[in-house]
Amino acid sequence: MPKKRERDPVKFLLVEDNADLAAAICSRMQLDGHVIDHADTIQDAIAFSETGEYDLILLDIMLPDGDGRTFLQRHRAGKRDTPVIVLTARSQVSDRISMLDLGADDYVTKPFDHEELQARCRAVLRRKSGTAQTVMQIGDVAFDPVAGHLTVAGEVVNLRNRELRLLELLFNAPGQILAKQKLVDRLFSYDEDVSENAVEVYIGRLRKHLDRSSLRITTLRGLGYRLDHD
Amino acid sequence: MTEGVQVSGSLRTRLAITLTGGAAVLAVLLFIVVRNYAAQIAQQGQDSILSASVTSILDAAVIRDGVVEIDFPYASFSMLSTPMDDRIFYAIYQDDTLLSGYGDLPRTSGTATRAYQGSPVRLVTASRVLIGANVRTRISVTVAQTQDALSGTLSRISRNVALFGAGFFALATLLSIWATATTIEPLKRLTTSVTRRGPQDLSPVAKPVPLEMVPLVASLNSLMARLGQSLKQSEDFIAEAAHRVRTPLATVRSYAEATLQRVDREENRQALRSMIRAIDESSRAAGQLLDHAMITFRADHLERDDLDLVDLLRELVLRLTPVAEMKDIDLHLQADGPVIINGDPILLQNALRNLIDNALKYAPGESVITIRVDAQPRVQVEIRDQGPGFPPDEIDGLTGRFSRGRNAAGTIGSGLGLTIAQDVAAAHGGTLALSNLPEGGACVTFSL
Repeated sequence: MPKKRERDPVKFLLVEDNADLAAAICSRMQLDGHVIDHADTIQDAIAFSETGEYDLILLDIMLPDGDGRTFLQRHRAGKRDTPVIVLTARSQVSDRISMLDLGADDYVTKPFDHEELQARCRAVLRRKSGTAQTVMQIGDVAFDPVAGHLTVAGEVVNLRNRELRLLELLFNAPGQILAKQKLVDRLFSYDEDVSENAVEVYIGRLRKHLDRSSLRITTLRGLGYRLDHD
Repeated sequence: MTEGVQVSGSLRTRLAITLTGGAAVLAVLLFIVVRNYAAQIAQQGQDSILSASVTSILDAAVIRDGVVEIDFPYASFSMLSTPMDDRIFYAIYQDDTLLSGYGDLPRTSGTATRAYQGSPVRLVTASRVLIGANVRTRISVTVAQTQDALSGTLSRISRNVALFGAGFFALATLLSIWATATTIEPLKRLTTSVTRRGPQDLSPVAKPVPLEMVPLVASLNSLMARLGQSLKQSEDFIAEAAHRVRTPLATVRSYAEATLQRVDREENRQALRSMIRAIDESSRAAGQLLDHAMITFRADHLERDDLDLVDLLRELVLRLTPVAEMKDIDLHLQADGPVIINGDPILLQNALRNLIDNALKYAPGESVITIRVDAQPRVQVEIRDQGPGFPPDEIDGLTGRFSRGRNAAGTIGSGLGLTIAQDVAAAHGGTLALSNLPEGGACVTFSL
């Protein structure tokens, strides 16, 4: 099957001293097709951020060689505008405010929902649009998951969030079968009581959007869905 | 602020009593001394005139032809005349034989005061030996005078001294009130400056204080320094504890999520989903318990500030939009303009965040949550969702601690969100009202 995929993956820098958590986040990010580097001290983080070009930095606050806020200050003082999302274990509001004051673009409280982290990354990248080139192209369809729109035959279609996330999953694995239940887990939060059929609604909408393109979403009864290219 | 403090007297009263008591003792002492001195002076005056009278009579005594002759000088008695017409008595003895005068006049030597004819009299006696041809005899003269003029003068002096003493006492009392006030003043100023502090202000007292208060202020400063340190330590401890607990939870959750992407067997997937839900439940409960503790602490000492409620909500909406978008929920903020209020921004933010979080949890996907801010007739924030609404029979009990609606069974929560919001509203003198919209959905009204 011919497959054309053009994309500069989003490049993350994760600053986190807990090796297990870092490994878990990295494996999850890679699963979603992102590139991620890991630094476990402020010193490493500064070295990494000065040499590598990152689209987004995920920053833990409590690090063995100091406070993550020190890194934030140095980062901002160095006129770097790479967006930073702080991973904090604190939940006191005043602490959140001071982090935003110091130049973090957003924060998530540990333990965090990975989908929420992704949503926040997307929101931050969208605000700083232009910093990351994220258009994915398969056939005659260009998909920009950060901006949240689809270009089919020169026509721009705006996607709702779940449509967007579903299409991103399909675009990340073209030609592969995606199980229905896995899609449910990715689209709905764990406290939502939804049946597998809930996905069908969104598949239906995507099919409509892709109507006049060379892409189609094939249903494999009992197995799931697959993105195919004529 | 005075409950629980044992009171032992009052410095002000103690100082005032000491000062006015001292003034009273001084006034009485002054009265006694001045009066006695005056009495002594007056008595000396009478005595010297009486002596002069006696001496002039003795001087007039001569022996002529062996017989004693006394020609009373006119001045002898006229010098004794007083404005009170005091009576004068005399007695002249020649060797114990009465020559002239009142024989019943008490015989004394020198000066003395005796009662005579029903009133006190002052007596002065002097004697002289007369030597004539073959005669040698002793003449003794006693002159006495009643003391009406003297006691009149004395009572006049006493009255004046008493008035003077009373005036002195009154002036001293006024001075002592003033002195008490000026002495207590630095203490009051210190009290005010400590009382007016915000709950977070543990800085040392910087204003100069009188020397005697330095030890007190020094120990107050060191107490505040230690308190600040222990507060800082417990804050650090909570942050450290939260970090230690939440980081492993985050690890487990991330692994569980990543594993869920790879595992195919439904029973394994179910177990992983339950795991994630349990983690969310415990971390959310821990967060809300800490928030609730902070709010209970802060509610007693609100750190009020002028703030724009609309601005605060705009920030919250911006912050929560990514979460809302995941369910394709639109957050609509409606306001006619800035709504400036005086309140604790951290508490308000926390309360409103809890309310919007609640709406996000219960609202179905692809629905709208409307947040409306009104300034009139009273400041209120209304949050409407298109979810299932509150169970009508439970609506009144839902703000209680750890209480959750029946239909909350499938949703992660600790039951503290509404309690937090209600406590914050109450701390600002407001209320939290829950209702169901006629067209369906819940409506929470947070009024200030």
